[in-house]
Parts: sequence; structure tokens; C-alpha cells
Amino acid sequence: MADDNVDDVKEEVPEIAPFDPTKKKKKKKVVIQETEDDSVDKVPEKTESLSASDGLEIPFAGLKKKKKKQVETSFLNEESAEAGGEVDDHADEDGEGEEAGQQQQRYPWDGTERDYTYEELLGRVFNILRENNPELAGDRRRTVMRPPQVLREGTKKTVFANFMDLCKSMHRQADHVMAFLLAEMGTSGSLDGQQRLVVKGRFAPKNFEGILRRYINEYVICLGCKSPDTILSKENRLFFLRCEKCGSGRSVAPIKAGFVARVGRRNTGT
Amino acid sequence: MSELDIQIPTTYDPFADGNAEDSGAGSKEYVHIRIQQRNGRKSLTTVQGLKKEFSYSKILKDLKKEFCCNGTVVQDPELGQVIQLQGDQRKNVSAFLTQAGIVKKDNIKIHGF
Repeated sequence: MADDNVDDVKEEVPEIAPFDPTKKKKKKKVVIQETEDDSVDKVPEKTESLSASDGLEIPFAGLKKKKKKQVETSFLNEESAEAGGEVDDHADEDGEGEEAGQQQQRYPWDGTERDYTYEELLGRVFNILRENNPELAGDRRRTVMRPPQVLREGTKKTVFANFMDLCKSMHRQADHVMAFLLAEMGTSGSLDGQQRLVVKGRFAPKNFEGILRRYINEYVICLGCKSPDTILSKENRLFFLRCEKCGSGRSVAPIKAGFVARVGRRNTGT
Repeated sequence: MSELDIQIPTTYDPFADGNAEDSGAGSKEYVHIRIQQRNGRKSLTTVQGLKKEFSYSKILKDLKKEFCCNGTVVQDPELGQVIQLQGDQRKNVSAFLTQAGIVKKDNIKIHGF
């Protein structure tokens, strides 16, 4: 036994002895082993990735990807066969990433523990309402009037180019609007061949805009529901405004003869 | 109920009109302040619908003094007396009339652009 032990020791010693001096070798060996391990590891991973590309393991794609990414870096050239599967997986991953990003953008409180502020919740409610049924969202600015296009004809006349368009968008008779405009501006004017309004005097577009705003407030907008879907009708010399949305009606002041027949004009005439 | 609802506005509107026509200067009688363009940059301001009890010439005198402009009282066959002032005095006139207590602010209508 002792001999054996000695032998064992001897045997062990020489074994250890070569080990110690051959640290380099050991290192080399280790390196080799590592490479071997890598290759061994990679083989099953290859198989896994192949199986993934077959579509069997899609539910676990999230787990697989990280491993695969490491593999990819070294094996991109070799794994050309996998390319299809890889690309698919990447697409999935990207999609998930985008969704997460959107959700984070949509709700500023995502990922934090803080309370919601009132404005954020209000915005959320309105966003949902707008997505699902925009009818109920109640956008005030739904009716946007185009700005009046005003040209100068010579030096003393002004041409209101899109007069007809604006009348149509307000659903009003052109002559009614024209009477109001002329009465307010205190001038005379007429429609020309292209249905444009030619007004005597110099006016800026902003002036027309102000007057049209007043016209809409007085003769177009329903007082009850603020909707511009109204009809102006004349019943025995009185003008009535009837709302199409809520059905309410009201009488509006007529554009009087006294209005239209200009005081100043008459005075300058005398 | 529906009859009642219909009756109220139909009875209301003629009354308002009748009152306005009878008294000439009823409760809802507006004072209209208008502007009129003249040649070049010049303009004219007209004040129409002041109550007949007021002395137009005295008001005009104060207006002229206040705004440093000229003006006249014009007799119109339909609309009665109308004050005319030189230049765009719409804001000034409405401020003056409300401050002097001649007209309430709700009864002033400023026309023009």
C-alpha cells in the first residue's frame, strides 16, 4: 500500500509536476477546451435555432433571442440557412419594441408609480372617445371657414374672390350675405360675372373676416347648441333661424331697409 | 304645453316690434355707430338713433371738442337727426356716450369693419 501510495504519490507528483511547468500548456488546453465547449454549446444552439426557424418555439422567442444573438455574432456567415428564421424573429422583436414604446408615449404615467393628474386623465378620455366615436367628442373647431381672398381692383374697388364658396359653406343665400356685408361696410357693391363680390372702397381681408364673423354669430350659429347647421327662412316678413341639430328656432333681426339705405351715403348725396 | 310654447313667442315678437314702433325710442332701441369710407384714408362716423329728448347740437359740440374733429347734425327724412363726425371716431363715440350716461353700453351697436 505504501508502495502503492508512493507510487501514487510519485505518479501524482509527475502528473502535477508536468502540470505546473506547463501552465502555458494548461492555458492552451483550457483555451482549446473552451473552444471545444463553445462548439459543443453551439451545436445544440444551432439545433435550437433551427427548430425556432421551424416555428415550433415561437412563444419562447423572447428567451431564445438573447442566446441567438450571441451565436449570431460569431456564426452569421455560417448560419445562412437560419437567416430566414432570424429575420422573422427580429421582426417580431421589433414589433414588440414599438408597441412598448407607443404605450410609453401614450400614457406619461407608464412605468412610474405617481398619481395621474387630472389633465392627463381628461386627455386620455378624450383620446379614447375620439378613437371610438368621434361624433361625441364635440370638437368645437369642426367648422373651419376658409379665410376670405380679397383682391384689389384698381385703387377704389375691392374684390372678394371666394365669396360664393363661403356662402355655400355657411348655407346662406348670397344676396342675404351680400346685403349684410354692404350694410355693415356702408358701401355699395355687386356680384360680377365670376360670382365674385365687388365692393366699392378699400378693405383689408381682416375687415371682411370681422364682418363675416359677426354675420355668422348673428345669422348662422345656433344659440342653443352652437352648431352652424341652421336654416334661415323667411315667414311673413320675419326671418327665422332653425337649427338642424337640436331643432331650436329663433327669430333674427332682419337686415332692415334703414340698414341698407345708407345714412351717410344719402347725406353725402345731399 | 306645445300650444303654450308656440303662443309665447308669437305673442312676444309683435309686442316688441309694436313697442319699438310706437315709442320711436323704445327699450331696445339701439344707437348705431357706423363708419363710412371716403376718398383716400378719410372716413366718416355717423351716430344714429339717439333719443329725441337729447339736444343733438349740444352733444355734437362736446363730441367735437373732445375728439378735435368737425361734425354736423344731419336731418334725414326717414331716420331723423343723425350726427356726423369726421374721421373714425367709433370707439371714441361709444366711450363718450357711455361715460356721459346718455346710452347704456348694451344699446350701442358699432358697425363697420
